[in-house]
Parts: sequence; C-alpha cells; structure tokens
Amino acid sequence: MHNTKKNRLIDKSFQFWGIGNTFIGIVLLAIFIGYIVYLGASRLSFDFLSSLPSRFPDKSGIYTAMVGSVWIMFLTAIFAIPIGVSAAIYLEEYQKKNRFANILEINISNLAGVPSIIYGLLGLQVFSRTIGLGGNLLAGALTLSLLILPIIIVATREALKAVPNLIKDASYALGATKWQTIRHQILPAASGGIMTGIILSISRAVGEAAPLIVVGALAYVPFVPTSPMDDFSVLPIQIFNWISRPQAGFIVNAAAGIIVLLVITFSMNLVAILIRNKFEKKMN
Amino acid sequence: MKKNNVLFLAALSLIFAACNSKSTDKTTLSGSIKIDGSSTVYPLTEAVAEEFRAEQPKVDITIGVSGTGGGFKKFGRGETDISDASRLIKDSEIELCKEKNIHYHGIPVAYDGMAVLVNPANHWVKDITVEELKKIWEPEAQNVIKKWNQIRAEWPNEEIHLYGPGVASGTYDYFTEVIVGKSGSSRGDFTASEDDNVLVQGIKGDKFALGFFGLAYYEENKESLKLVPVDNGNGPVSPTFETIKNKTYSPLSRPIYIYVNSTAAQRPEVVAFVNFYLKSASVLSKEIGYIPLADELYAEELKKFETFVNTTTKK
Repeated sequence: MHNTKKNRLIDKSFQFWGIGNTFIGIVLLAIFIGYIVYLGASRLSFDFLSSLPSRFPDKSGIYTAMVGSVWIMFLTAIFAIPIGVSAAIYLEEYQKKNRFANILEINISNLAGVPSIIYGLLGLQVFSRTIGLGGNLLAGALTLSLLILPIIIVATREALKAVPNLIKDASYALGATKWQTIRHQILPAASGGIMTGIILSISRAVGEAAPLIVVGALAYVPFVPTSPMDDFSVLPIQIFNWISRPQAGFIVNAAAGIIVLLVITFSMNLVAILIRNKFEKKMN
Repeated sequence: MKKNNVLFLAALSLIFAACNSKSTDKTTLSGSIKIDGSSTVYPLTEAVAEEFRAEQPKVDITIGVSGTGGGFKKFGRGETDISDASRLIKDSEIELCKEKNIHYHGIPVAYDGMAVLVNPANHWVKDITVEELKKIWEPEAQNVIKKWNQIRAEWPNEEIHLYGPGVASGTYDYFTEVIVGKSGSSRGDFTASEDDNVLVQGIKGDKFALGFFGLAYYEENKESLKLVPVDNGNGPVSPTFETIKNKTYSPLSRPIYIYVNSTAAQRPEVVAFVNFYLKSASVLSKEIGYIPLADELYAEELKKFETFVNTTTKK
C-alpha cells in the first residue's frame, strides 16, 4: 500500500520534471527571439533591405548579403537535391544489405555530424584551389551542397522506408519494372517526406557562415552578384561582421539582420510543414 | 616600351585626378579590386571603399576578413590585389611572395590603440606600469598572481579577474609581444573572447576585472568602463588621439597596414584607390575610432607609393 503511494509520487514528479525541461527550451527561445525583435524591429525598413553595407550603421543595409543568400540557396539546391535523392534511392532500393552497405550507411550518418568548418576547408582545397573557382558563388554553393548531402540522403531514405510495402507489391504484381515502381509509386508516395528533408537541410545551409568564410565569401560586397562566378556575401557573414563592431548601431543592425534570417528560415520550415501535411492527407 | 609609357602616363594622370578630388572633369574608371585580410583593418578599408564608390561608382571593390595571416596567404598566391594587415608581413609570408614572384609595397594607414581597462567601481587603480602588466599576463603568473595586492601592495586583497582578446586575434599577438616579450605567450587562465563586445560586458559587470582591447571599443562604452593610464617609465599616459599620434602612449599602440601587389599597382583603378585611401584615411580613421597618422606621414607615403608605381611600371 505504502509502496504504491510512493511510486505514484515518483510518477507525478517525473511528469513535472519533464514539463519543466520541455519549457526550458521554449522559454529560452522565446526570450531570445523577444530580445532580438525588441532590439532590431525598429531598424527593419525598406531602406535596410535595399542598402549597401556602410560604415554608418543607420545607412548600412543587407541588400547584397540577402541577394547572396538567395543565390546560395538556389545553387545549393540545384547541386544537392538530385545527387542526394538519387544516392538515397540507390541505397534504399537497389543496394543489397551486406557489409559494404553497412559501412556506407555508417559513414553517411557520420558525415552528417562533421563540423561545418571542416567542409569549408575541404571546399577551399577542392573547389577554390584545385578546380580554381576561387571564392565565388559556385565554390560556396558546392561546399554547402557537400555539407547538406548527408542530411538529404538520411531524410530521403527515411521517407522511402516509410512507403508501405503494399504499394510496391501491388505495382510489381501488375508487372511494373523496378524503375517504374520507383518512378510512379514510391517517389510520389515519399515525396512529402523527401521535400521536408530537402527544405530543412537547405534552411540549414542558409544559416551557415563558417564554411563560406573559409571558402572566401566576403564581408564587403557593394554590388549584387549577377552570375554564379561572382564574389558574394551572405546574411550570416554580414551579421557576424556587425556583431563584432564597437558602435552600438551595428548591434541593432545585427539584430535586424537576424530577424530577416529567422523570417527566411521559419518560412521555409513552414512550407516544409505545409507540404508534409498536404501529402499526408493525400496518402490517407 | 611604348605601351608601358602609356600606362605610366595613365597612372600619373590618375594620381593627378585624385589630387583634385573636387574637380569635375574626372576620368571614370572601371574594373574590380580584390581586398582581403585583417578584420582590424576592415572597418577602415570599408569606409574608404564606401567613399571611393561615391567618386568611382564603376569600380567594384570587395573586402574579405580572412585575418592578417589568411589574407597574406591569398596575397602570396596572387589571389588578391591588396591585403589588409594589422602587423608587418612575416618572413614566412615574404618567402611565399618570393616563391610566386609577387612584389608588393606596404603602407601604414592608421594607428590602432589598445586600452587597459577596469570597472568604474574600481577606485584603487590610478595607473599601471608595463612591468606590472607583464607580471599579470606572463605565463608564469598562471595560478600564482591571483590577487590585486600581489601586483601593488597598496591594492586590495581581492581576487583579480582577467579579460582579453582570443589567442587567434592580432590584438592578443601584439599585446603579448610588447608586454610579455614574446608574441602569443601569456597565462591561459583569463576570460578570452574574439568578440571585444563580450569583453566590454565582462568588465562592465565585474568590480575586480582587468582587461585590454581595442581603444575604439572603449570610446563606445566610456560610461561603463574606466581607462587605465599606462606607465612605460616616463609617467602614466592615457591613450588619446594626441598621445597615440605623437607616440607618447607606448607600447600599446600599433600601426595598421595595407599591402599592394605590384602587378595590381599597374592598374589605374588600384592606383586611384590607394591614393584615395591615403588622402581620406586621416578623416575616416577618426570616424571609426582609429587614430590617423600625422599629416606629413600621409604625404610621405603618397610619394613613396608614387615611386613604387613608377618603378614597377617601368620594369
């Protein structure tokens, strides 16, 4: 009797402990976002979005950095999506389960955990120096593609795994080949999950500064890149640069830049969620 | 030979054009200038590039912040036209340039002062000597010098908390070189941050703090910090525009430099930019919290640069 009471108490207290821990993360995030918005919201204006970098905090804007980030986003997507998705299809649908497959799998999961600056050094040596691209958009986008490839592969494989065998079996039963089955049954069924993975990984790429600084992205770019061979800057680098300046006005600029970056990544995540919901409904 | 003469004339006329920046009949230049290097020099180069753009909107200038060392690596491979440096070029970097047959010209453009700071509530520190700073920061002080009264007997028997720039920064290199006597050698038990604003916050909230960082960060936070005059044997001197400019505040101020590639110096837009840099650095360095060189030094550097451009063009 006594023991039951004690166990219930433990049960209850663990529940509260769990609630408390759940809220730590949310509360900290809320404080952070609240403070950033409080600091930077007043600085947000059309001028801020459309001005070049300047030594005067109140004249300085994020135009070139924002356009650079958009370029990087699209180029990275163009390189990383086809390679990542095809690799995942191969590993999930074609590769036989053996030791080699295991090694591949472990390595790809490990790659997802490699610090981003290491990818920057790799990109500097391979794309900037050996291939001779220098520090342009192409070199930056290729480096970030390497960075997010493992994430796309892992997410895509999860999505493919989640497709019920019933669908595959039905397709084969009707005489479809393996590729027909993948193309017409598995990929459409998994596309919600695949899209979610892709969008989340690209929103991560948009937030990276360290690997791009190593590859040669710049801090001051007073013109908008017009081709993939142009030099560039991105939002995280601009923010990083402003934070370390002595004048208080630059800190406000950094906060405003963070708001813009957050809006971009949050809206990408929102799109990812909407897509997933839409496809889940379709499946059911 | 003829072509070289034309180039030389073009360069000369540009120098001339840059001299009369008010005149209306300016040559419109185009092209691009690649600059990389020290993040300490960056704000000044950025300011100059911004003003230069108003005069020559068709010249695209890009500036990176790979650090002095990283900048010289790119400069030594001929990847950049100008390198920002918060110290003189090192022997190993000179070697690299020689290997790739790269000739260059270094130009001091301003001074960066370093300030020693304590909390405003610290009423006991009126000044500090270079020896005392050495005693605090040298490697042997680790776990030994822990209290204020170990440095000067009349200071309180309270713990001292140290704040300084991260070991990868040029500021740290320079401070350890002139105070401890060996660049990059200091005690390890201090709060280090690459971001000087973090150091400002640390000293602001800690009555027993002592730290050092760039003077510009003190200028922006005068109310929450107390500046400590440094005594190098001739009495305590506070870092101000005057004491740094006339070099009485020593040894904690250093010149910052730009290095120009000789091949790049044959391009008119680069020549115009460097001339513009030397003419506007005096005003612009003040705006961003650095200390300008004496006016006659700028004039001298302009002449030296002209000679450099002429000799490289004639070769």
